[in-house]
Order: sequence, then C-alpha cells, then structure tokens
Amino acid sequence: METRTSHFFLTSLLLIMTAIMLAFWQGNAQAASEDENPEQVIQPSIEREPMKPARIDTENFEAGFYIGILSIEDFGTNSVLGGRFAYHFSEDFFAEVNYAGSKGGTTSFEQLNGNVQLLTDEERELTYYNLSFGFNILPGEAFVGSGRAFHTALYIVGGIGSTEFAGDDRRTLNLGFGYRFIFNDWLAGHLDARDHIFDIDLLGSNKTTHNLEISTGLTVFF
Amino acid sequence: MPFLLIIIALLLCCGSVKAEKEYRKVQIAEPYIELHTGPGRGYPVFYVIDRGEWIQITKRRTDWFKVIAPNGQTGWTHQRQLELTLNPEGEQTRFEEVTQGEFIERRIEAGVLIGDFDGAQSITLYGGYSFTRNISAELSFMQAVGNFSSNVVTNINLLHQAFPEWHVSPYFALGIGNIKTTPRSTLVQAGDRSDLLAHAGIGAYAYISRRFALRAEYNRYVVFSSDDDNEDLKEWKLGLVTFF
Repeated sequence: METRTSHFFLTSLLLIMTAIMLAFWQGNAQAASEDENPEQVIQPSIEREPMKPARIDTENFEAGFYIGILSIEDFGTNSVLGGRFAYHFSEDFFAEVNYAGSKGGTTSFEQLNGNVQLLTDEERELTYYNLSFGFNILPGEAFVGSGRAFHTALYIVGGIGSTEFAGDDRRTLNLGFGYRFIFNDWLAGHLDARDHIFDIDLLGSNKTTHNLEISTGLTVFF
Repeated sequence: MPFLLIIIALLLCCGSVKAEKEYRKVQIAEPYIELHTGPGRGYPVFYVIDRGEWIQITKRRTDWFKVIAPNGQTGWTHQRQLELTLNPEGEQTRFEEVTQGEFIERRIEAGVLIGDFDGAQSITLYGGYSFTRNISAELSFMQAVGNFSSNVVTNINLLHQAFPEWHVSPYFALGIGNIKTTPRSTLVQAGDRSDLLAHAGIGAYAYISRRFALRAEYNRYVVFSSDDDNEDLKEWKLGLVTFF
C-alpha cells in the first residue's frame, strides 16, 4: 500500500516536473523566436497595398447659356443671347459672370421723323458683361406629380459690369432675381429677371436708364 | 442658331460620357448618419444609416456629399457627418482640404478685382505664375469706364511678397503696360489713343479658405502720353483670387 502511494506520488511529481520543464522550454523557445522576429509570429503572405482613396467628383461650377428679351430704354425690346459661368462657394453663396449680346431698335423720335438716325447700325449692337454675387434666398423642392421631387432655389443676384451701347462703354449695375430648377445631378434650368442700370448721354443730358431683361437658360454643373 | 445647337449637343455629350466609376468607401463610426434629400440644411432627413455600414461617396457639391447606402438608397450628407466615418484602413476620414500651406506654395493664380481707376470704375482680370514663394509675374487686363472715356489697360507685373507665410501677406509690385483710351463718342475731341504706362503699387493677399484668397492693391501709374506732360493716375482695387 505504501509503495503504491509513493509510486503515485512519484509519478505525479514526475508529471508535474515534466509539465513545468515543458512549459519552461516552450517559453524559452517562444522567447527565442520573439527575439528573432519581434514583430509577427505569422508572416502574412499578402503585402498590404497603400490605399489611395478614390477621387470624389466635386461639382461647384455651373456653366451654360440663356436666351430672353432685353428692353433697352428708348430703343425698344429685342432678343438677347448670353453665356453664364458660376462658382458656388457654399450652399448659400455663388459668384457669376455673364456675357451677352442684343440689338437696340429705333426710338419713337426716329420713327416719327422718318429720315433721322440717332445711331448707326453698329452702334445699335449692345453687348454687356458683368460680375455678380448671388445668394440662394429660398432653396427648396418642387414636386412634379406625386413621385418626383426636384431641387430648386430662388436667388437674388447683383453686381457690376460694363455695357457697350451707342458707341461707348457704360459702367453698369445689375440687380435681379432668378429661379434655378435642378433637373438631375448635372443639368439645371433658370428663369431670370435682371435690371441693367447704366447712364446714357446720347440725348444731351446724362440720364440713368433701367434696362429690364427676362431670360431662360440651361446650365451644367461640373 | 448653329451656335445654340452646338451648345445643346455639347451638353448632351457631357451627360452621356459617364463611365462606371469606383467610388470612395467609408464606414460609419457614429451610431448613425442622416441622409437629406438635397444638398442643403433645409432638405428633410429621409433615411439614416447605422454604425458599421459601408457607404460610397459619389459626388460633392460645396460642403454636401452624395452617398449611396448599402441597400442602394442615395442621399446627401454634410461634411461634418462624413468626417466621423472611418476609411478602409480604420482611420478617420479626411477630405483633401486645401489650406494656407498650399496657397503659399501656389504656382498658378487667377483673379478678378474691382475698383476705382482715377474716378472710373475698373474691372481687372489677371493670371499669374509664381517662380518662388516670394516672386511672381502676372499678366493683367483692366477695363475702366469713366464719364469721359473708356480705358483698356494691359499690364505685365512683377510682384514681391516678403512674408508669404503671413496670414495677411503684403507685397510690392512694379509693372509696365499699355493704355488704350477711347473718349466718349459724344465728346467733340474724338480719336482713340494708345500710350505706354508704368506703375508701382503695394497690396496684400489674405487667405480665406479652400482655393480662395482676397487681394487688395493700390497703384500709382505714370502714362507716357504723347502730350507734353505725363499723366499721373491712382488706382485701388479689391478682389478674389483662386490658385492651383
């Protein structure tokens, strides 16, 4: 009985010692391997590629053309054709450059006195350019039917520029408002009303004229 | 009319040439982000995407981004919300914001300035190239419309910025050019004139944000006119500059 107990005891001791030695040896081996390669135990077979994030398409520019009618004070109303280029600083503000051409008609005075010509044909050509700032005063959504919504904005705009008419360049102030209707991600339609204010000294004294323009146009965001 | 048709044709082309693209993907790290129906704060929130979901960013308009949710739902979200997402490397998403550092290192700049050219309203358009951080050359066109005449000034300028790293960075400019004067057609003394002119000026740039800076300038011009006396003109102007 005694020998059995001592045999059991010895066997247990042997097992425990073996376990301790094994653990110790393993620990050493691990330490040794860590010394060799301190970073990783397993070497991944795939090299990590440096990530280059895909570019995000930024669409803050808007360019397009417009057609409409321009009433030139004393010279009747005629069609106007122009180009527009805009940059949107934020959801509220934008800057805009316009260039357009039209043609003045005859004054009532010229019509009554058949043979009087105040301006030559070339002088009747009107071209203007302006640089304006705009503010989207009422952005919103418009619903067409029950399943479609379009982004829109009512904006006010104002700026300065120059108008060439009656043989001279005339500094011009423009003020107006417009409605932008965004058809899809890149196409927008505009309805615009502008007052182009400039002085004209053709009939002797200097007088300030208001030249109203109503136009419609298409622009592309890019 | 052909001009109109060409423009319409071009517009249609722009739309159809859209290849399949790989979009940037980010993972939502906050409890959720909100999708608005449009690129503006007032557009209603109609959808939320939960934490852990991956979304694709398709385009950007000002500070708003159009994103696609995993189930295909698309909407607009603000930059503030997207900056709380993680990129595929597990880092916080950053958008390539342009900073003042890039303004200092700019190579090409262009701008529009408005001001007063000796009593006449002036509009200036210019383009510039920087040789170093301090020295740049510019070509500028100015139209000044006054009560008695209309002037077009074409100039070549050389600018020196002593402290490009300052937030408001002063500069000194020297230039020569040509002034074309067209008197008012109602004035008796008619006939266009073209004269050489030179100028010296001081001004300053102030970086605003993104790709924009403000620029203000004061110039003294000497016009070497064909009359006996040289004309001395003053000009100030203020404008917006963009750079690349």
